[in-house]
Amino acid sequence: MYAFDIERPKSVADAVAALGTEDAMPLGGGQTLIPTLKQRLASPAKLVSLTGVEEMVGVSTDHGMLRIGGATTHATVAAEAASSFPGLAGLASHIGDPAVRNRGTIGGSLANNDPAACYPAAALGTGATIITSNREIAADDYFEGMFTTALHEGEVITAVSFPIPEKANYQKFLQPASRFALVGVFVAKYSDGVRVAVTGASNNGVFRWEEAEAALSADFSADAISGLSVSADDMISDLHGDAAYRAHLVKVMTGRAVTAAA
Amino acid sequence: MTKVTMKINGKEVSGEVEGRTLLATFLREDLHMTGTHIGCDTSQCGACVVHVNGKAVKSCTMFAAEAEGADVATIEGQANADGSLNVIQQAFQDHHGLQCGFCTPGMVMSAAALLKENPKPTESEVRAYLEGNICRCTGYHNIVKAIMAASGQDVSAIAAE
Repeated sequence: MYAFDIERPKSVADAVAALGTEDAMPLGGGQTLIPTLKQRLASPAKLVSLTGVEEMVGVSTDHGMLRIGGATTHATVAAEAASSFPGLAGLASHIGDPAVRNRGTIGGSLANNDPAACYPAAALGTGATIITSNREIAADDYFEGMFTTALHEGEVITAVSFPIPEKANYQKFLQPASRFALVGVFVAKYSDGVRVAVTGASNNGVFRWEEAEAALSADFSADAISGLSVSADDMISDLHGDAAYRAHLVKVMTGRAVTAAA
Repeated sequence: MTKVTMKINGKEVSGEVEGRTLLATFLREDLHMTGTHIGCDTSQCGACVVHVNGKAVKSCTMFAAEAEGADVATIEGQANADGSLNVIQQAFQDHHGLQCGFCTPGMVMSAAALLKENPKPTESEVRAYLEGNICRCTGYHNIVKAIMAASGQDVSAIAAE
């Protein structure tokens, strides 16, 4: 790692102020950023650690919404969202491994927007709202492609607000070495329709499978998508699975998620 | 350089660290507590697992500065007060849960975290909890058996495969 300074602010306001200097970067749980720094793929002058900002930690429900602070760990979401939103808690409980889940945060995952990360599928698959230090961004406007989001320099995800669905499930086809999704599909059923978001598959990052959403909104069963197919254009192709394989997995995992939705 | 102060195995320690100093580096190179091992240095292998405020974390993927004020537990603090092996360590010895021993500090710390959360885990729960701890010698069977035994469960039916 190149040398850098590290600051540990106690409030969102102090974190934003600390991020105002040149080449400062926010540090969530560090489970992606620290390995990146070790590879010298990032060279900040200063890291602003967000894990000490108490107002950014916690899980609460209010009027059908589940609000999760940006610095809340995956382990905490897995435990504390289990009764209010089991589909999301289940997703959180399978990210990485137990030690990673004790450090990694939802805000860090969404800010990084890894094309194979799990949380982007949940945020897009529920139409969540990303709440930052200065505005609110709808998930549909937030994800802008692989490792790219609507966040500006120095902007911090302070919380994420999820509309709690009637039923939801996340199915991850595990890439067992990285523990990321080879393909992951989040399905959420609301009174006014179904949303389906896919991670791990596309070169453009997380996306909604709108044909499946329409079919499942009319008939929420795995059979409803049996006639659909997913184009392999723009799918990730690597030694773990080629584009056609990933396109096939999207449909398989969507069907499994619908069947398992609770 | 920044001054950090934390409690390690119940004892308050301080040191001067750079921003980039990892908790694992602080433990090993500054405090000479080399029980915590660094295997992969890429947060895959789990040899560096310690507890920070009671939670198992990979100390190679956390900065020492982030542990300011924290309660840290390492393998050096696991033995009983009289120096004898604790129940998990003894079970690893009794059930041949180690061969070369390199992964063992992380295995023991992960096992301790698991048994605190889930005092009577099933075999599949033990295996799931060890997803982030890699052993290249044992094939895991005897590690799983040791952890089951440490939880007070009968392991005679678990074959020594």
